[in-house]
Amino acid sequence: MDYAVVVALQILSGIATLVIVSLGLAVVFGMMRVINLAHGEFLMLGGYCAILAHGAGINVWISVLALPPVIVGLFGLVVERLLIRRLYGRMIDTMLATWGLSLALIGGVNMAFGNTVSGFSAPLGSFTIGRFHNSVYDMFLVLAAVVLSFSVWAVLRFTPAGLIARGTMQNSEMAAALGVAPDRVYAATFAAGAALSGLAGGLIAPLSGVVPTMGTLYIAKAFITVITGGASMVTGTLTASGLLGTVSTVGTFLTTPVLGEVGLLVVAIVLLRLLPRGITGRFLRQSL
Amino acid sequence: MNIGRRQAIKTTLMAAGSMLAMPAIMRTAALGADPIKVVGIHDASGGLDIYGKPMIACLEFAVDETNAGGGLLGREVQLTNYDPQSNIQLYTQFATQAATKDKAVVVHGGITSASREAIRPVLRRFNTLYFYNTQYEGGVCDRNCFCTGSTPAQNVQKLVPYVLEKWGKKIYIVAADYNYGQITSKWVTKYTREGGGEILAADFFPLDVTNFGPAISKIQAAKPDAVISALVGGAHVSFYRQWAAAGMKKQIPLASTTLGVGNESILLSPEEGDGIVSAFSYFQELDSPLNRAFLDKFQAKFGSKTPYLGGELAMRTYVGFNLWAEGVKRAKSIDRMPVIEALESGISLETPAGKTVLDPKTHHTTVDVFLAEVSNHGFKVLKTFPQQPPVDTASVCNLIERPNENQQYVVNVKI
Repeated sequence: MDYAVVVALQILSGIATLVIVSLGLAVVFGMMRVINLAHGEFLMLGGYCAILAHGAGINVWISVLALPPVIVGLFGLVVERLLIRRLYGRMIDTMLATWGLSLALIGGVNMAFGNTVSGFSAPLGSFTIGRFHNSVYDMFLVLAAVVLSFSVWAVLRFTPAGLIARGTMQNSEMAAALGVAPDRVYAATFAAGAALSGLAGGLIAPLSGVVPTMGTLYIAKAFITVITGGASMVTGTLTASGLLGTVSTVGTFLTTPVLGEVGLLVVAIVLLRLLPRGITGRFLRQSL
Repeated sequence: MNIGRRQAIKTTLMAAGSMLAMPAIMRTAALGADPIKVVGIHDASGGLDIYGKPMIACLEFAVDETNAGGGLLGREVQLTNYDPQSNIQLYTQFATQAATKDKAVVVHGGITSASREAIRPVLRRFNTLYFYNTQYEGGVCDRNCFCTGSTPAQNVQKLVPYVLEKWGKKIYIVAADYNYGQITSKWVTKYTREGGGEILAADFFPLDVTNFGPAISKIQAAKPDAVISALVGGAHVSFYRQWAAAGMKKQIPLASTTLGVGNESILLSPEEGDGIVSAFSYFQELDSPLNRAFLDKFQAKFGSKTPYLGGELAMRTYVGFNLWAEGVKRAKSIDRMPVIEALESGISLETPAGKTVLDPKTHHTTVDVFLAEVSNHGFKVLKTFPQQPPVDTASVCNLIERPNENQQYVVNVKI
């Protein structure tokens, strides 16, 4: 019985990790149709912000939750202004430019901090279910995933800013005719996506440690999740994470971590063959 | 006389050039004709740099020490270090370069067994002598290759009985998913069964896995008395972090065939690391006059940049170079065959890690083995097992009787 609970909790934490690492990409790719191949490096920068801040003696919660999104969000603003803005609507060029950015970031961080894994202990300690011990931080990640998804959804659904952003993405000329400056909306949306990625990096840093190349571990999973999710940003990310996270965690429990990952990929491929426009391209189409 | 502008520049440049070259000319004059070329191939970056950096430091230290003592055969030793960036492809590339372009007389290097098996055939093909200075799963039988690190019959055979006696008979193995982890798990299984214990399960993880949540739950479900890890590299350090974060540190004790072989004990906080047990043929904390003298000189050379040596990899690299140097001195030559024959004549060195004897039959070493536990970012040595021969490799390999042999024997145990 307690084993079933523990497996369920691990599945939840697997899903939460996928949601957290994909949400920033969902905003940038799902809303703006910008393929940001440097998404993984935004995560990595967030991770380094957390590690460096924690190393400098700053409170662990500020290092993990506050500094990474702020710093990476600002960085995203700069990247949008210098790079992304010039390439809107040119998908291939954007891919090339962001890929270049990703290589430059890996190289730069490598030069600054060395190609070494660094990390710190996860806060919060552990709790017990029956004869099993679990990390509270894992559960904190689940909570964070819920809060983040809900916040993104609420902002888009209920605030004027969300309405303007959705309107601009749908029809930027009409939005401009109504007195909205589309380039500012784009810049803000990209920065928000970058901030979410930075926060994700900060959140996973204590679990997995950070290294300049860590982005490559996450970017494929993030893209698979967002594309499998389909057009609706929050619903798509949640349903796809739910499905893929369950498959990979159950696979890991039943067999090995390698086969768990293989299972995730197989399900994603089959799903995209059956639903080429993602889960929310067919179901729940009116959702956000 | 009218000196043209170009002529003037040319003369100045030549003068400058010869001045720059002066120290080099003087040095070679002092130490014979050509320098002796030695190549080191160790990962200074990437996931394996936690092992590579101290190894490089020790190799540099050994070369400097030899040169300060007049070099070898009156010639200076010139060391080139290549950084394969934890990438196997670069290993083969650098090994080829060392053999063909640099014409190195010996290559020291390789950290993971995967990297060793990548460069060993290359160096054998080019007849370039090869030293592998890492504790590994044992069984390499190749006359061109000397393995100076300890092997399972030396370290696992000490670790497992200690675990069985102290913590209990039910063992769970977590290991890296490549030849080292797979083969070492078989050795752990063999010694556990011989000690009357039982292996509940063995889980293998690719080197880039960082999420051990499901694995930790699986271990708890299996309820072992102890966990033995053969995890490798920086990413796998997450296991010990997540293990402690889940509160398992106080529940199920850990032993490892790899932890501490690099600087893991520095990376982990005392709450995460303390109490984990390992066995190697060296620990920096060894209290012997030779080791203290070595560490003082080592500290003097690197100052504030002195790396922590941890377990045996770095020390074996220092010993490996000195074994080779001893072979060269005895052979009075740097040529491959005379040096191999000299090395097979029964060389024994007093080293900071204790006495090391090179076994002519297997090209492995007889070493002192130490059992230690992590304690406050370092190790506390618990037990010493003097002069342990490499019986695992010796049971299958005899290079005196079969000098042309070239293979790695693998222990045959089903997990």
